[in-house]
Amino acid sequence: MTPEMLIFIIIATITLGAAFMVVSSRNLVHVALWLIVTLFGVALLFTLLSAGFLAIAQVVIYIGAIAILLIFAIMLTRRTKEDVKSTFNSNWRWALFIGFLFFTGLLVILMNWSGIAAAPPELDSRANPVVEIGLALVNPNGYLLVFELASVLLLAALVGSIFVAWDRRK
Amino acid sequence: MNSELLIWLLPLPPLLAFFFIVLFTNRTKWLSHSIAIGAAVLSFLGTMVLIFRAIQTDHFGEHPIQSSINWLPTGDTWLQIGVMVDPLTVVTLFFVSITVLMIFLYSIGYHNFGQPKGDHDLPGLPPHGAVKADVHGHKKLVLSIEPMYSRFFAFIGLFAFGMYTLVISDNLLTLFVGWEIMGLCSYLLIGFWFAKPSARSAAIKAFMTTRIGDVFMLLGIAYIYSATGSLSFQEILSPATLEMLVQKSSPIVGLTAAGLIGILIFIGTIGKSAQWPLHVWLPDAMEGPTPVSAMIHAATMVSAGVYLVVRMFPLLSAGVGHSSLPPPMVAMAVIGTFTAIFAATIAIAQNDIKRVLAYSTISQLGFMIAALGVGGYVAATFHLVTHAFFKALLFLGSGSVIHGMEHGVFATGNHIDPQDMFNMGGLRKKMPVTFWTFTIGGLALAGFPLITAGFWSKDEIFVDAFHHQPFVFIILALSALITAFYTMRQISLTFLGKPRSNAADHAHETPWTMTAPLVILGFFAITTGWLGIPEDFPIIGGLVPNWFHEFVGSTLTVHPETIPFHPVPLITSLVVSLGGLGLGWYVYRKVTDEKVDPIQRPLGKMYVILKNKYYFDEFYQKVFIQPSIRFSEKIVYAFMDRTVIDGALHWIANVTLIIGKFFRNSIDMPIVNGFGDLVGNVTTKLGFIFRPLQTGKVQQYMIMALVTLVAFTIIFYYIFF
Amino acid sequence: MIPLSWYLVFAAALFCVGLFGVLARKNAIAVLMGIELMLNAVNINLVAFWRYLGPQDITGQVFTIMVFAVAAAEVSVGLALFISLYRRRGTISADEIDLMKW
Repeated sequence: MTPEMLIFIIIATITLGAAFMVVSSRNLVHVALWLIVTLFGVALLFTLLSAGFLAIAQVVIYIGAIAILLIFAIMLTRRTKEDVKSTFNSNWRWALFIGFLFFTGLLVILMNWSGIAAAPPELDSRANPVVEIGLALVNPNGYLLVFELASVLLLAALVGSIFVAWDRRK
Repeated sequence: MNSELLIWLLPLPPLLAFFFIVLFTNRTKWLSHSIAIGAAVLSFLGTMVLIFRAIQTDHFGEHPIQSSINWLPTGDTWLQIGVMVDPLTVVTLFFVSITVLMIFLYSIGYHNFGQPKGDHDLPGLPPHGAVKADVHGHKKLVLSIEPMYSRFFAFIGLFAFGMYTLVISDNLLTLFVGWEIMGLCSYLLIGFWFAKPSARSAAIKAFMTTRIGDVFMLLGIAYIYSATGSLSFQEILSPATLEMLVQKSSPIVGLTAAGLIGILIFIGTIGKSAQWPLHVWLPDAMEGPTPVSAMIHAATMVSAGVYLVVRMFPLLSAGVGHSSLPPPMVAMAVIGTFTAIFAATIAIAQNDIKRVLAYSTISQLGFMIAALGVGGYVAATFHLVTHAFFKALLFLGSGSVIHGMEHGVFATGNHIDPQDMFNMGGLRKKMPVTFWTFTIGGLALAGFPLITAGFWSKDEIFVDAFHHQPFVFIILALSALITAFYTMRQISLTFLGKPRSNAADHAHETPWTMTAPLVILGFFAITTGWLGIPEDFPIIGGLVPNWFHEFVGSTLTVHPETIPFHPVPLITSLVVSLGGLGLGWYVYRKVTDEKVDPIQRPLGKMYVILKNKYYFDEFYQKVFIQPSIRFSEKIVYAFMDRTVIDGALHWIANVTLIIGKFFRNSIDMPIVNGFGDLVGNVTTKLGFIFRPLQTGKVQQYMIMALVTLVAFTIIFYYIFF
Repeated sequence: MIPLSWYLVFAAALFCVGLFGVLARKNAIAVLMGIELMLNAVNINLVAFWRYLGPQDITGQVFTIMVFAVAAAEVSVGLALFISLYRRRGTISADEIDLMKW
């Protein structure tokens, strides 16, 4: 057992535990907080995978923006009787079943794949991933179009969400 | 223009007049009669031009003007139709064109053009007067204009077309077409006042009776076509064809083909020219207006019958010269002679002015046919021409008399029959022009010597009859005596003596449109006779050549012989004509009583028989007409139509209904309807079953989708791997 | 060094947990959080594959960044919808929003 593996196991356990709490917690604010824990754990995994930029991006975007937004939404849609009822709806058995089915299915497929136990190749130490990402995003032969489309998508989402959530009672 | 084209165009103006009036000018009376008169004038002028050219041609009879076209394709050959003008056509066209024009003109006045519309006049009834106020405000009843004025002119236009077609045609087919058109117009015009039941019956009677003759004539025409392959006169009447027909034997024992054809064609003439036994329609035809009587039943249509047999004379007389006379000639002689005396005897007991003239026409046509029967080709043609003129004159004159009497009836309110001669009298002073022209016509009819045309033509007939068949001559002479007698009877009762009724006292002369034609026809009634003075007539014969005999005789391939002069026919003719006239004047000059006829007592029971026309109408009614009616009512209508045909139809309808019901109830409703309903019901039930799937909850939908996805994946995974 | 399979199994597990959350939770915002878990599992997959199968090609990371952007957009629009829905219906429990029920 290498130290890397140990770290991985710890992080994975925490993340999965937090994920379980996300889907089963009764109090919605608790759910949001457990989600933050999960997202942080995923960021750590990114770091483990030598994708440093992505880890920071994960923290900033997911935790700093999306999770906060979720907390705002939770605050705006509170009902006092919320915590009395159960968290799960009437189909939770079916959902559990499907969850297991998917997991089993995925495992089966993964087991049958030949490259499953591949070793990670050596990274090129001279390469700077951040610069490479930046260059790839503005390269016309690269992902410039994707980048621009993503920005348009964000703009549309921005406008759309403002419009949908506008309070028309005034 | 050349003569052939002119001949083709002759019948056209009256036909166009008919169409124009019917389609366009029916409402405008003056325009209608102008178109009709214009058409008659055009045809008249065309005829005159043709006649002028024909007369100038030498030996016209040997090469008549002819033109024909291919019409019906019949196998390898064509049936040709065309026109021909030969000397016979020339003289016929002469009198046809003149009388037609005169009668058209006369009709304007007869139908009271220019008079006001009647107060209660309805189309279909004769006009009966309009109340007119004169300058002082006195109201009086005057003659009113005929409501169906334009219609009349249209019909007589069509009729003129038919007559011209018949005369100029060079084949039996178009002749028959013209024949039938005239028959139709006769029906339409006799029944002109169609609201009168008597007119309707008379029209049907005329049409049916002539139809009987036409059927036989058509058989004859068909036989000719099948025996010779042609209907054109030039081909049928050529000597070679005639010889062939004489040799050929017909289906009837004892008759050659020529004989049978001749008899069949002659039966057509019996119908059309009102010979016994088919004479019954002509007196009833007097229901039509007088111009109709003049034109159709005196001058032209009935003459068409005689024209036909004159035209077919070579065929009818084929075989003469052999041991016996050919059967058609015998038939003509017998029937013609019998009709002549038969009709003449009836005429002396008639009181209606037009009836007398009707029977007179029948009698005179009998003369012509008898003349043909004994071989007098030229004599018959001559009498045809002169008779047309003076008979038309007499009829038009009688119409004028009737008009004058009607005026008197309206003026005095004395409602008597204006046509009964016993209500007339003394009209000589009231209607002088009518009187003189009528007298000229009557004298011509009676055969007054030398100055009237009737004398010359009748004399020729006597000559021919005396020469060939003395028995016929005796009977014809008797008929001529009776003819002169009733003619003078008519003139005396109508014009001479004193008026026997108020209406007659107040009669006055008719307008110029009626009297001018009388004068013109009177002129022809006198002068036409001088065209045919025989060469060896005592004193005056030889002064003028016998142009008529030469001209018309040249139509035949063998020129008819000129019979040498014999005193007996001439003396007989003088005796019967003058004697008859004198006797009539003597008996009738002083008749004052309008109820009793002076000859009633001498004739006794015979008078009653004559007055009732030998009861022929009643006989036909009982023997032919009522059985036919019973047959058609009981057997054809009640049994065949209602029971058999209608029964079959009802049965078919019922069967169809039953089959339909069966299909509907056993097949359509359960199977087709049932299937449709089943589909609907099943769909609805399935819908109800599946409806709970739609819960509206998104997560349930997702679960369902994922389960399906997994299921399919497993299935495909195991199928393909 | 950690075998690739560990990352992949972990990602699969995270994905299935997120799937369970989506299908079984009543509150709509909790459903949205389940979706976020699924997206994160996908991200981990992507980066793992990038690292183990082709780190010289920066495509894996770029794809992941795009997933971030899409997730952000989706969350904002989704929440806007929920807020609007809460205003109209007074509830955001997925069980109670069933207008499309027959």
